[in-house]
Amino acid sequence: MDQVPLLAVASVAKSFGAVAAVRDVSFPLHAGEIHALVGENGAGKSTIVKMLAGVHRPDTGRILLDGRPLELASPADAISEGIAVIYQEPTLFPDLSVAENIVMGRQPRRSLGRVDHRAASRLAADLFVRLGVAIDPGRPARGLSIADQQIVEIAKALSREARVIVMDEPTAALSGVEVERLFAVARSLRDGGAALLFISHRFEEITALCDRVTIMRDGRHVSTDPLDAIGVDEIVRRMVGRPLDTLFPKREVPVGDVVLEVEGLSRAGVFRDVSFQVRAGEIVALAGLVGAGRSEVVQAVFGVDPRDGGTVRVGGTVLRAGSPRAAMAAGIALVPEDRRQQGLVLEASIERNATSTRWRSLARFGLLVGGAERRSAAEWTARLQTKYARLDDPVARLSGGNQQKVVLAKWLSTAPRVLIVDEPTRGIDVGTKAEVHRLLSDLATDGVAIVMVSSELPEVLGMADRVLVMREGHLVAEIARSDANEESVMRAATGQVAA
Amino acid sequence: MSTPTSSRVAVALRARELGIVLALVALVVVTAVVNPLFLSGQSLRDLVLAAAILVVMAAGQTVVVITRNIDLSVGSVLGLSAYAVGSLLEAAPGTPVVVAVLVGIVIGGALGLVNGALVRFGNVPALVVTLGTLYVFRGVAFLWAGGQQINADELPGGFLAFGTATVLGVPWLIVIAAVVVIVTGYVLRNHRSGRELYAMGSDPAAARLAGIPVGRRTLAAFAVSGACAGLAGVLFAARFGTVDAAAGTGYELNVVAAVVVGGVAVFGGSGTAYGAAIGALLLTTIGSALPVLGIDQFWQQAIVGALILLAIGTDRAVAARVAARLRKESSRV
Repeated sequence: MDQVPLLAVASVAKSFGAVAAVRDVSFPLHAGEIHALVGENGAGKSTIVKMLAGVHRPDTGRILLDGRPLELASPADAISEGIAVIYQEPTLFPDLSVAENIVMGRQPRRSLGRVDHRAASRLAADLFVRLGVAIDPGRPARGLSIADQQIVEIAKALSREARVIVMDEPTAALSGVEVERLFAVARSLRDGGAALLFISHRFEEITALCDRVTIMRDGRHVSTDPLDAIGVDEIVRRMVGRPLDTLFPKREVPVGDVVLEVEGLSRAGVFRDVSFQVRAGEIVALAGLVGAGRSEVVQAVFGVDPRDGGTVRVGGTVLRAGSPRAAMAAGIALVPEDRRQQGLVLEASIERNATSTRWRSLARFGLLVGGAERRSAAEWTARLQTKYARLDDPVARLSGGNQQKVVLAKWLSTAPRVLIVDEPTRGIDVGTKAEVHRLLSDLATDGVAIVMVSSELPEVLGMADRVLVMREGHLVAEIARSDANEESVMRAATGQVAA
Repeated sequence: MSTPTSSRVAVALRARELGIVLALVALVVVTAVVNPLFLSGQSLRDLVLAAAILVVMAAGQTVVVITRNIDLSVGSVLGLSAYAVGSLLEAAPGTPVVVAVLVGIVIGGALGLVNGALVRFGNVPALVVTLGTLYVFRGVAFLWAGGQQINADELPGGFLAFGTATVLGVPWLIVIAAVVVIVTGYVLRNHRSGRELYAMGSDPAAARLAGIPVGRRTLAAFAVSGACAGLAGVLFAARFGTVDAAAGTGYELNVVAAVVVGGVAVFGGSGTAYGAAIGALLLTTIGSALPVLGIDQFWQQAIVGALILLAIGTDRAVAARVAARLRKESSRV
């Protein structure tokens, strides 16, 4: 392509302290294309995004818009240059109305600089019509689903006539229908002449949506190619830099006795009459759309969430309801969905986090002394091949994949009989994903009963012995590994009757 | 586009201020039934006059609280400003009242800027910063006054008259308080900078990404709060005629209570200066209604405390209900 690209990243580099996050990366972004940016976590994608957003400034190199070098000193500069960034977690103001969120900083004004609230409302309504969605501009942003929040972010970008739209893992928390809607919007933006940079860990989305793909590894640019010239296998190989033996190292394991028995579990308005059993050595996946009630079920099993009825038995003994402590004593471990909010104390050290489930047993005379924590933490982080500088660094400093390993270490060190993992590989890179999967397989081989909640179909199909499908709070299907495929699971999850 | 959701949400939000107005009306009615003199012109005037100083400070505090900050130093700023203006008038009795008022505002604004700068550049929570400056500003006042008191006979008569003078029958103090509240409320509601303050309080990180000049706005918010407290210092000196270094001690808690009772969310992002003003009025009314009702003054603090808890409880309950309904609405789409 000879024409001047709409946006060009030209030999940019950025270091944080001694760590080089991005080294000499260049790629063009043309008007009318959706450009995928892929790489493992820590490859430098987020740093590129933040440089485009005006949050970070490149140490060297430049960002060119229409061939003109940009000086992005702040987010305000990026916005005024027509660069819009839609983050994985939308950045709306929950207390303000949807319309106000869209026009913030550029409110239509009447005389004397008064904000024209009505014009803002009309503007928002028009944008939603254009995007083909039904969101009330007058409602507060609080309580909007993640998908709707992203639509609001896109409306914001449209209202500013953004020509470059960066989407940082927008689909991570969306259900299938919502992803389709987002893609339809993205395509219409592209057809309208915008340039989109799309970041995702899901290859099926990239192949479905994108025109070209730029691959990064270890902060470096690897390649930029049209998507039809390069296959998924090749993308993965270039991302990882080595052939990935297998992403889903599932092993056949003889199943043992029933360990976890859930019967008639209900919670008003959330889920009803959920029953299932899990045997030792089995991996049972809980599949379904986001909002089907899967996380709520496992949280009720563990006792974090209340339940209205039903029993949970571990090894035949009935578990007291609503008591995570009882669940832990019975040998259940829950690796929660949101590791940053629920799984870790981000400010605390790696050591503290990794041992927080066992302070009681590590303590002597009620005091944590003599380096018991340190020894235990060192042992488990080593077993899980966690990469860190020092054990007393705050866990927030680790990459997403390594944070997840700390959460796993924290729970595996309790030697659970039942391991419940909720979205175990969300937002972590391919290499670490494979490690987590291998770990789950190893645990199953050792006779642990595993319940895995996952929204990623390949993961469900690749790892599970049985797939339980939930829809709208009900367990609607149980599919054996041999019968499980994308179609059968999605049919059950969306409630379509087999044609 | 006015769907049922938006109007119902609007009602729920408005209900916040409506609730305090109802509480205020109920209190006045009950007290008036017990003692009809409570509704006499003079008595109402005294009541509003007594509230004026608190109202001015509450308006300024609202600006800060909306940005998810707090200004605990306002009582000390009032004291310092009152003593400074008193000393100025003692030394130069010919100073026009307008100049005295401006001096108070400038002193307060400057002290507010100190708070704002410490919060912005020191990256320290406002609670800690202003707790510190509460003591520092008070200490400066004591150091300066050295136990001295400025009495009414040392202040020029023109200035003292300002404390009781009226325009069209309305005391100056009330006019000033009303103007401060209306201007603050209006700017917050209808000006970009005002809307940006709400945005900052609603989600500070998002505000930065939205390109809002968060640092500048933080400075400005604290300067406004300080200026209001400075103005309140001048009003204090004019009304009471006696100023020492301890003037305004403990006011900060009354101000914060008024703001919270008035429906301004402590975690920022919502609330109005009007609500805060009504909150200040309500707290003052409680203070003067209790003796009339024959209730022991000791109960006053307990009642104010209960009101704060009630205000916060109502807030949480309303927020939870609104959130639950909004979730339902969006899942239906």
